[in-house]
Amino acid sequence: MKLRSSVLCLLISLSIRGEVLQVAVASNFVATLEELAVAFEKHSSVEVQCSPGSTGRHYAQITHGAPYDLFFAADVERPRLLEEQGKIVKGSRFTYAIGKLVLWSPDPKRISDVYDLSKTDFRHLAIANPTLAPYGVAAKEVLEVFNLWDLMESRIVLGSNIAQTAQFVQSGAAEIGFVALSQIQRPGKELPGSIWHPPPHSYAPIVQQAVLLNDTPAARAFISFLTTDEAETILSSFGYGVPNVIPGGS
Amino acid sequence: MLSPGDLEALRLTFKLAGTVTLLLLFFCIPMAWWLARTSRRGIRVIVETVATLPLVLPPTVLGFYLLLMMGPNGPLGQLFLRLGFDPPVFNFTGLVIGSFFYSFPFVLQPLQTSFKAVGTLPLEAAATLGAGPIDRLLTVVFPLTRNGILTAGVMGFAHTLGEFGVVLMLGGNIPGQTRVASIAIFDHVEQLDYTNAHRLAGILVLLSFLFLLTVHLLNSPRRRPSP
Repeated sequence: MKLRSSVLCLLISLSIRGEVLQVAVASNFVATLEELAVAFEKHSSVEVQCSPGSTGRHYAQITHGAPYDLFFAADVERPRLLEEQGKIVKGSRFTYAIGKLVLWSPDPKRISDVYDLSKTDFRHLAIANPTLAPYGVAAKEVLEVFNLWDLMESRIVLGSNIAQTAQFVQSGAAEIGFVALSQIQRPGKELPGSIWHPPPHSYAPIVQQAVLLNDTPAARAFISFLTTDEAETILSSFGYGVPNVIPGGS
Repeated sequence: MLSPGDLEALRLTFKLAGTVTLLLLFFCIPMAWWLARTSRRGIRVIVETVATLPLVLPPTVLGFYLLLMMGPNGPLGQLFLRLGFDPPVFNFTGLVIGSFFYSFPFVLQPLQTSFKAVGTLPLEAAATLGAGPIDRLLTVVFPLTRNGILTAGVMGFAHTLGEFGVVLMLGGNIPGQTRVASIAIFDHVEQLDYTNAHRLAGILVLLSFLFLLTVHLLNSPRRRPSP
């Protein structure tokens, strides 16, 4: 009798232990999600596996049956499209983070203000492609608000996503760039250099939404973990704004 | 049918592939000739191995290291700066250099194989008849290896047309400079603009097909060679 119950216990724990969450995640959020996953895995026996990539590519893959349980997009549009097509678990679309844009250069003396750009003492300004990436749209908005777009246009190089944009700057190939704060401000791995924070109203908020694609208890548990204080602390330590309402944003 | 931006991307793609193919033939013909002839086995094997290395790295990885090397802080970028040029990143020159490395093995291999196949006999015969080195090259080697040179050119051209990863890393997506067709197609797909992606991809394939068909037609014998 005792043996049978311990075998049963073993089987149950094995089945939970074997549970793996497949998560498609926008490149700007990968490091944060990995940190969240580590914290979550301490409370549960679920393993979270991240597949980083651009939101457009993930969207194309998901509409063609990619086996992800959760999708953390870089914008609102793609989750909304998936919802309209009935590819998500009903009512599961929610805002998980508000992205923040910064102007960054590895050179500690280069930037203190956005008008340092008008000195044009550099070859290349990297931004994410505004037709593809929300951080690129925001960068363009900021440059336009400060009337610098025309002056910068010949110097702009486009990263296909925010990860590649940061890579351009970090490698020194572009001297300066608009990147996500979350890429510079990683707890324990801050990147050196100079930073300028655009005022919050100089660009539309970068609202990042997630959707549930496969309704499992493990995925539900992970989503509710995101609303805990612990998760919100991690979010803000990576430089994200914590959304007021989780889940069910617009 | 195509937007001006996409036409520009197509034009740039063919310009890149053409430039790279000519450069590669220019460099690889003497190199392959030397590799096929040399008796210094040690050096030959090392050169052959190094020339194969671009095949090992995934294109985006190769592109990333080229970005580090050719950026303003990299050794090659520094060299360009010292000579008074812009570092070869985010411009057409950068793409040419990147594609040169990326397509190198595809051009070198067929050349080397066909040069090896010539053997020493025809050359010795020509020499006995009084032909000098240049004469031998023009009247013996090139006619005999015509197909090999053609294959090398076609491989280099086609491989550069289809290139994506290296250009993505080195290019920065600048219209008229570095936004080639593969990047433009990728952008359309990412924007969910599948119609324009299909159009551009279709036209790229069609044009490449026509080009390669012409090359092969011009070079295939009209009649089957008699046995």
